[in-house]
Amino acid sequence: MKFGTETVALSLFAFAALVAAGFGVDEPFRQHMWVLFIVLLGFIAILLRKTSFAPAARIDPSAYMDGPIRYGAIATMFWGVVGMLVGVVIALQLAYPDLNIQPWFNFGRLRPLHTSGVVFAFGGNALLCTSMYVVQRTCRARLFGGNLAWFVFWGYQLFIVMAATGYLLGITESREYAEPEWYVDIWLTIVWVAYLLLFLGTILKRKEPHIYVANWFYLSFIVTIAMLHVVNNLSMPASFLGSKSYSAFSGVQDALTQWWYGHNAVGFFLTAGFLGMMYYFVPKQANRPVYSYRLSIIHFWALIFLYIWAGPHHLHYTALPDWAQTLGMVFSIMLWMPSWGGMINGLMTLSGAWDKIRTDPIIRMMVIAIAFYGMSTFEGPMMSIKSVNSLSHYTDWTIGHVHSGALGWVGMISFGAIYYMVPKLWNRERLYSLRLVTWHFWLATLGIVVYAAVMWVSGIMQGLMWREYDEQGFLVYSFAETVAAMHPYYVMRAIGGAMYLSGALIMAWNITMTILGHQRQEQPLPGSVPALQPAQ
Amino acid sequence: MDYNLMREFADSWGLLAMALFFVGCIAFALRPGARSQADEAARIPLKDD
Repeated sequence: MKFGTETVALSLFAFAALVAAGFGVDEPFRQHMWVLFIVLLGFIAILLRKTSFAPAARIDPSAYMDGPIRYGAIATMFWGVVGMLVGVVIALQLAYPDLNIQPWFNFGRLRPLHTSGVVFAFGGNALLCTSMYVVQRTCRARLFGGNLAWFVFWGYQLFIVMAATGYLLGITESREYAEPEWYVDIWLTIVWVAYLLLFLGTILKRKEPHIYVANWFYLSFIVTIAMLHVVNNLSMPASFLGSKSYSAFSGVQDALTQWWYGHNAVGFFLTAGFLGMMYYFVPKQANRPVYSYRLSIIHFWALIFLYIWAGPHHLHYTALPDWAQTLGMVFSIMLWMPSWGGMINGLMTLSGAWDKIRTDPIIRMMVIAIAFYGMSTFEGPMMSIKSVNSLSHYTDWTIGHVHSGALGWVGMISFGAIYYMVPKLWNRERLYSLRLVTWHFWLATLGIVVYAAVMWVSGIMQGLMWREYDEQGFLVYSFAETVAAMHPYYVMRAIGGAMYLSGALIMAWNITMTILGHQRQEQPLPGSVPALQPAQ
Repeated sequence: MDYNLMREFADSWGLLAMALFFVGCIAFALRPGARSQADEAARIPLKDD
């Protein structure tokens, strides 16, 4: 392969970064452009080393394009471990504030690194690689656009690196889940449009007449995230060679825009995309069609129509008009129906094959993911009810809720999908070890249970302490007293997170050994092979 | 075009159009004869790799 055009384009890009590093108007921007320049030099070096002048191998246009998916599976695993590790670090920082290392590694900079790391780097790569895997196999068509998939993969990694290093340098828009500054946002927009073209192009050239429901969920995720990202990040840079920009909105309009984005990042990134995963990988692993295909269509449309209105429930008792708060609450409660319809559909796919929960640890992982989907989508609407929200808002209960969804649903379904895909992508007969999957399953599940239970107790305690009045109408507790009361729970939360992280490390080992082609000699899991009867 | 006009459109014709589209989607999924097509579509992932 010769990479003439790519190398020239990257060189121009690197030169522009170098110029920006020289002429930048603020110090963080200049540092950030140096980071960009060095990363791009690395890309160029790799391209030059991969260049060969041998005639290019002919590409079979009917074969699936799995190269970017293999890279994506590895990237998912890598960023997952990084993001979860940062999560454990910031959990420990809350328990032991001395661990804040100024200025790069204080809580304020590491916290967006954790959220973006797990949501966009781990979750995003999982969505990227599984969507490319699923769309090819359910459309029976090779990915559209030649090397477009490679551009999407590497472009997305560049976005992650720029976002992450920006946070550590103190560059932020301070918008929840959308902290990267304007120039990183523009880059993500370019990559995302390429991703949309890649996905739509593949659907358009499909050989299967029907578009399978998993692709609907993936497509809705791609389209909606494009819309949310562009509107939420409408802003004016203070200088085109500087790292500061100002939002196009102000006041309560800005708050509503941010939570319209923020909640739909949960709804369409962390829910719709991963439901696409569920509707493909659960039937594949169970080797049974989805319980009700028509229910899955209703699930899709109900989710699309309801989720987009739920954002205002993040702004209860604020300057947002009352009718908008009530609208957000009502739509959140209506979301119970599609969420539970989808959960039942996923779980009932196993009807008639319930024994697989006992014998197949990957199915067990997917089932616990769907169970957590049901639990967190029950808890969420309940917390959006204004009277409940008056107790739960701004407390640790919210953090517990988010993690039961993120660790339980998003994490577990992604782990299941990666465990399913990796042996197939590298043509291995099976995983390195199924017993290690069982270890991962129990460490992760117990870790979530510890985490969520501790945060419930701590959050409700915090909320009750804040609203405690004495008989003369004075607040009973000062804020610092509520913080001190939470210390033991913060320690326990860090332990729960560390258990989840150790499960992910076991997975990384298992996946690495599978890719390297090893198989662990081990006793088969009980029940996974039929018991032999002694000869009479 | 000001805020009030958009607001009035959104909670009248806009609401009606979206509600009808949604009901139409559900009715189309549940129409008679859809079951066999749906069962066939559900088997797409299982056909091959």
